[in-house]
Amino acid sequence: MSEGSVTEAIAVAGAGRRRRAPENWRPLLLLVPAFVLVSLFFLAPLIDVFVRSVTDPQPGLQNYAWLVSTEANIAVVLRTFGTAIAVTAVCLLLAYPYAYLMTIVSDRTRNLMQLFIMMPLWTSILVRTLAWMVLLQDTGPINGLLAAWFGIGPVPLIRTTFGVALGMSQVLLPFMVLPLYSSMAKIDKRLLPAASNLGANPVTAFFTVYLPLSRPGIFSGGVTVFILGLGFYIIPALLGSSKETMISALIQQQISVFLMWGQGTALGVFLLLCTILILVVVSRVNKQGSLFPGVER
Amino acid sequence: MTKRLLGVFSALIVVWLIVPTLVIVPMSFNSAPSFNFPPQGFSTQWYENFFTDASWLRALFSSLQVAVLTMLVATTVGVLASLGLAKLRFRGKGLMEGYFLLPLIVPGIVLAVGLYSLFLRLDLLGTLPGFVLAHTIVSMPLVITNVMASLQGLDPRLEQASASLGAGRVRTFFSITLPLIAPGVTAGALFAFVTSFDEVVLSLFIQSPSLQTLPVKIFNSVTQTNDPTVAAVAVITMLTSVVVMLIAQFATRKRKRPVA
Repeated sequence: MSEGSVTEAIAVAGAGRRRRAPENWRPLLLLVPAFVLVSLFFLAPLIDVFVRSVTDPQPGLQNYAWLVSTEANIAVVLRTFGTAIAVTAVCLLLAYPYAYLMTIVSDRTRNLMQLFIMMPLWTSILVRTLAWMVLLQDTGPINGLLAAWFGIGPVPLIRTTFGVALGMSQVLLPFMVLPLYSSMAKIDKRLLPAASNLGANPVTAFFTVYLPLSRPGIFSGGVTVFILGLGFYIIPALLGSSKETMISALIQQQISVFLMWGQGTALGVFLLLCTILILVVVSRVNKQGSLFPGVER
Repeated sequence: MTKRLLGVFSALIVVWLIVPTLVIVPMSFNSAPSFNFPPQGFSTQWYENFFTDASWLRALFSSLQVAVLTMLVATTVGVLASLGLAKLRFRGKGLMEGYFLLPLIVPGIVLAVGLYSLFLRLDLLGTLPGFVLAHTIVSMPLVITNVMASLQGLDPRLEQASASLGAGRVRTFFSITLPLIAPGVTAGALFAFVTSFDEVVLSLFIQSPSLQTLPVKIFNSVTQTNDPTVAAVAVITMLTSVVVMLIAQFATRKRKRPVA
């Protein structure tokens, strides 16, 4: 705090003979309530999940053995990862041009574009899923149009992986646009003209200059969308079918329907480990990325 | 040319993001008891249903109660934690901040199962404190990120000046710091309210017949019955969160740094 040293000196003088040493640990007290709450109602439940997965119904790794040896489970895991990958790809393809446009328009338009991206976040996932249920049903407006224009249908949209991916992409797109934009906003706009001055055509300039520079945003957005996508529960439950369960629904089913706490929690630990692993790997690869890609200040 | 093409593409994205949700509004005024679109005729019967049905009203009241209490707890604890984090210069600071933000990235279903198991033992299932505690965990990170952003723009010399003029720590906080970070605190509080008001996954696991929040009742209604009243309920919850978020947007408008 060198720049404030004069005022700091005044402040210290004004505060009288009070020692400065206690100031160093006192702010720690402010963290205590949050620390206690998070430890008791976040960390403890997660530890509970882990403990149950290795002790229920008896101590051992039988729940994990069940997880990897049951074909249906493998199918669910693969489907969940496949859907999350597809949703991440769709979001990236849609968000990239949108975020790029945000960097080249006027301040007013940019604020408007940001508002449009934030607005869906103001409506609960449940309400948006309900709306997709109305739109995608066999007698819904999309199938109505398909029948009227092309004479086909009804095409199964609801209760399909396609429906799930559509709903998930809509909900997750903002989490891709925001980090992409904040990363693109830092790119020097003169670099593309410079590249073309040096003889690169627009495509080459984009792939050799712009795309690599926007990589932090791609990583942050991609990781956020992917890990959020892995854990989705509401949308697959309402837009998917029971034949096409995803991990979250399987966990819920094991615990609430079959009362198989051990198996359900083992799946939960698996999902949690996948999430952590992806975060750690990506933060290693992408040095600039933080552990909390979606939360940028 | 390219810019125009990008404009058309982006406009389509905006339509895809916003328009599908609006379909719920005409559905709520459907005179036929179905979810078929387009609706047939105009009727306010589903709103009448909602406002005359004791179980829907009880769910609405529970939701508001839980959301207000969550907002108070999450904001108080979150602001304290943000102040502590901003003042501290120790090595574990980043880790501590990460610890508080972790609930944002852990899959909701895993935390839900853990809380269900824990609440079973503590007898907190379907209780008001249980709901408030669970919702606080997922709301507080939003308070902390918003307040931390405000604190970053705060000139520490103002607090020192206040102290040099003889104000104590508490006085300095209420007359100097709090007014300066008020936009961040307000936004954080409103985010906390909406997060709690809209929270489904945790609530589904910790619900009981005696206490269900509105999203839980909507979910149960959608999966178990075919009652079009949910369309009206959906519109009401949508309006509530949009209004609250507009206020939050307005509160943060004066701040230069955009909060993602």
